[in-house]
Order: sequence, then structure tokens, then C-alpha cells
Amino acid sequence: MKQLSVDHLLGIKYLTEEDIHLIFETADQFKEVINRPIKKVPSLRDITIANLFFENSTRTKLSFELAEKRLSADVINFSASQSSVKKGETLVDTVNNILSMKVDMVVMRHPNPGAGIFLSKHVNASIINAGDGAHEHPTQALLDTYSIRERLGEVAGKKVVIVGDILHSRVALSNIFALKRLGAEVKVCGPKTLMPKYIESLGVEVELSLHKALEWCDVANMLRVQNERMDISYFPSTREYTKQYGVNKQLLNSLQNEIVIMHPGPINRGVEITSDVADSKQAIILDQVENGVAIRMAVIYLLASKIKQ
Amino acid sequence: MSQNVLLTTKEVHIILHRLACQLIENHLDFSKTVLIGLQPRGSFLANRLVRLLQEEYQIKKVNIGYLDITFYRDDFRRSEKILEANTTEMDFLVEDQKVVFIDDVLYTGRSVRAALTAIQAYGRPSSIELLCLIDRRFSRHLPIQPNYRGRQVDAINNEKVKVHWQEQEGEDIVYLITKNQTSA
Repeated sequence: MKQLSVDHLLGIKYLTEEDIHLIFETADQFKEVINRPIKKVPSLRDITIANLFFENSTRTKLSFELAEKRLSADVINFSASQSSVKKGETLVDTVNNILSMKVDMVVMRHPNPGAGIFLSKHVNASIINAGDGAHEHPTQALLDTYSIRERLGEVAGKKVVIVGDILHSRVALSNIFALKRLGAEVKVCGPKTLMPKYIESLGVEVELSLHKALEWCDVANMLRVQNERMDISYFPSTREYTKQYGVNKQLLNSLQNEIVIMHPGPINRGVEITSDVADSKQAIILDQVENGVAIRMAVIYLLASKIKQ
Repeated sequence: MSQNVLLTTKEVHIILHRLACQLIENHLDFSKTVLIGLQPRGSFLANRLVRLLQEEYQIKKVNIGYLDITFYRDDFRRSEKILEANTTEMDFLVEDQKVVFIDDVLYTGRSVRAALTAIQAYGRPSSIELLCLIDRRFSRHLPIQPNYRGRQVDAINNEKVKVHWQEQEGEDIVYLITKNQTSA
């Protein structure tokens, strides 16, 4: 019988290839469940999950909450803006207080990289990282690779380019780890100012020309320009960024092959991609959102099965 | 460990025919009936019965589905084994249909209990029946009895009933396996 090699989901880099395949296979079953007339299973009746969001989120929070509810877990929500964190409480204290209320699992988003890893060493609960600063966002990478597998049959051997703000993106880093682990070829593309210095050490190639990158790839994952994380100017203007690194229908039509367009959301329409691309058949943006619930159900289910009674 | 043959290939085939006839007796042309194999092992029996009904008894159309009950089990996190999910294939609703659950061995009744919960996600059946090839008597944890049974056996707890199918293990045969008692 198979089970995950880890007790927490802190990042893709801690997962083995077998772990990822197990999550995918379990998600296949949950995808069937969420397309039934009654979209709920009672597996996690006796599990309580706390969603701790120390940073804003709409999609990820909704998706996690829905996944938890579809598994019949009890859910408590917490967001930093309305909490005692503002009064100066430390992270470990906040979480330990919540755990004293008999919580089994914590889903956490935090602005500091490594917050999940830190927490897993200090508290007694299963931790799922829902994004920690510019470090990792493992469930996003799992749902992205799962969506590629669904559209193209498999991930191994596929050519994927990640376009945009690589420097500030936890989605990019987790995606690189997941894609490499599953045997895909990866390139990153974007303005030089938004490329981390040693990105090649992760086994990816840098391509500065968007047209060349798109000619090469099967899948393009378009990242959002994270204005909120930019304390200095990384490019002259949004208009110039769009001109160089935005994808429009004309550009897609000029390519030899039909490629798949992905976006982790929220989309800045008209910046990374134009509306006609976002709404086209080539885009699998809404499939990614649907798969997000199935993937999160699979991760929660597999981790919960390791919690001792 | 020792194993005895509980049902030979010939006996399995006679029983399959009898079960098919009993189903026809109650369900006639199967127009309002769906057969549901409980994953993983009940599906082989369900497929076999459907084949018999169509080929030997000229029933034109028999609806068949496969139901996985993993997420509805009551031993999640209680059992040493990690529960691994199988595929559910149900491309119809069971609203107002006569459902027949099909499983190879009925033992504690807990799988059937889980299936009764699981089927609710597909609507409200007009009735639910249970068919099993082997009914292990005196071992039930729940008040569940089959409507159609192949053979009733008395097996004690350190014994296991294993059903082999042609398409899976190469022959249709049922074994009673006795594990050696360890001196405790």
C-alpha cells in the first residue's frame, strides 16, 4: 500500500516523484467525486483543519476551504488582519493557541519564506504550505502539473516555459521543482531584471526572447506581474512589459504549433495575456482552478491518513 | 498456511447461472435495475453476471456501474493499512432505480454499510439489494444480510476466503485459506 514519504507538505523539493504520482492518482478519484451530484465524501469526519492566512488570498483560500469541506473536515479560518498577530503575538504562540483547541492540520500562507518549515519543527500538527513569501507554493505546482498531465497525457518529456516575474514568484520555483521531478524540460523567460541570479543552477534555461520561448514550448505558464512585491522599478512601464512579454492572439497564431496557455491567477488582463487568449480554447486557466480543489483534497486526504489517532 | 478449495470451477459456474436466474426472477428485463459492483473485487463478479445475462439469457441491456467505497469507510486512520482508492464508474443516476450491490465475499458487512452511504451521492434508489458469491455466516458486525447468495460458509476469524477469477488470476475458483495460529 502506498503512502506519502512526508508528514507535511512544505514544498515540492521535499517530495519524491512517487509522492507526486500518488497525489495525482488520488486526485483523479476526487475529481470524479467533485463532479457528482453530491460532491462530498465523509472521509475526514474526525479531522479539524485550521486555515491560517497571514497574507491575502482569494483563490487558494477558497480552494482549500472547499477541498476541506468536500472531505467533511471541520474547518476554522483565520486571517492575520483581524487577529492578535497585530497585538504582537509570535507565530508559534498563535499556532499553539489554535492547536490547543484540538486542531489536527494547519494550512498556512505566510509572507516569510520558510515559515511553514519553521512551524513544522515547533508545533505538533500536520502543516500544508499554501505559499510562503517568494519560496514555494506546492499545491499550485501540483495542480499546474496535474493540469498539464490532464491536457497532454503526461508531463515527462514536455517542454514548459514559465514566463514573467520569476524573481518574486513562489509559483515559478515550485513549478520548476515539480516539472523537473516529473521529467519535463523547463525554460524561464522574462526581463533580465526579474530573473534570479543563479536560476540556471536549478537545471533550467533562461530565454530572453518570448517568441523563441513560445516556438520551443508545448506549454506556457504565464505568471502575474507581482506589483505588490516590487519595491523598486524592474521595467520601465507596464506598457513596455506587455509589448515584450505579453501574449496576444496574433503572437499565438504566428507560432508553428498550438501551445497550451496556463496562468495561476489572478490575471492582469491585457498585461501578461490579452482577454482573447485568456478566454480561448488553448487556455486551461479554469481547468487549473477546478483541478486545484481535487489536488488539495488529495493532499489533505493523504496527509490526514498519516495522522495518528 | 493451508488452503482448501471451497468451490471448484464447475461449482462457481453453476452458482453464477443460478444467481443470474434469481436476478431475472426479480428484475425481469432489467429496465429499472442497475447492477453495481463494489470495487475492487466485486466488479469481476458484476461483469461476469452481466455477460451471462446478456449472452445466455438474452437480456438486451443491463446497466452496470462500479462503486469505490474507500472514502466512505469507517476505518480511515484506524486501520494499519493505508486505504487506497479505486475508480468509480457511474455514468448514470440511481434515482428511482432498483440497485443491486454485487460483492464477492460478505464478511463483517462494513463495506456494504459504506456502499449504502456512497450510493446516496448518486440519487435515491427505489430499493437496494445485495448479491454476494460467498456469505460468511456468524461474522457480521452489522445487521446486513444478502438477498442473493452463492454459498454460505462458516469460517472463523483466522480463515480467509479468496475468490479467484479467470480474467484476473487465470481460473474461477474459491479457496478457504487458514493462517497458522501463532502461539501467543
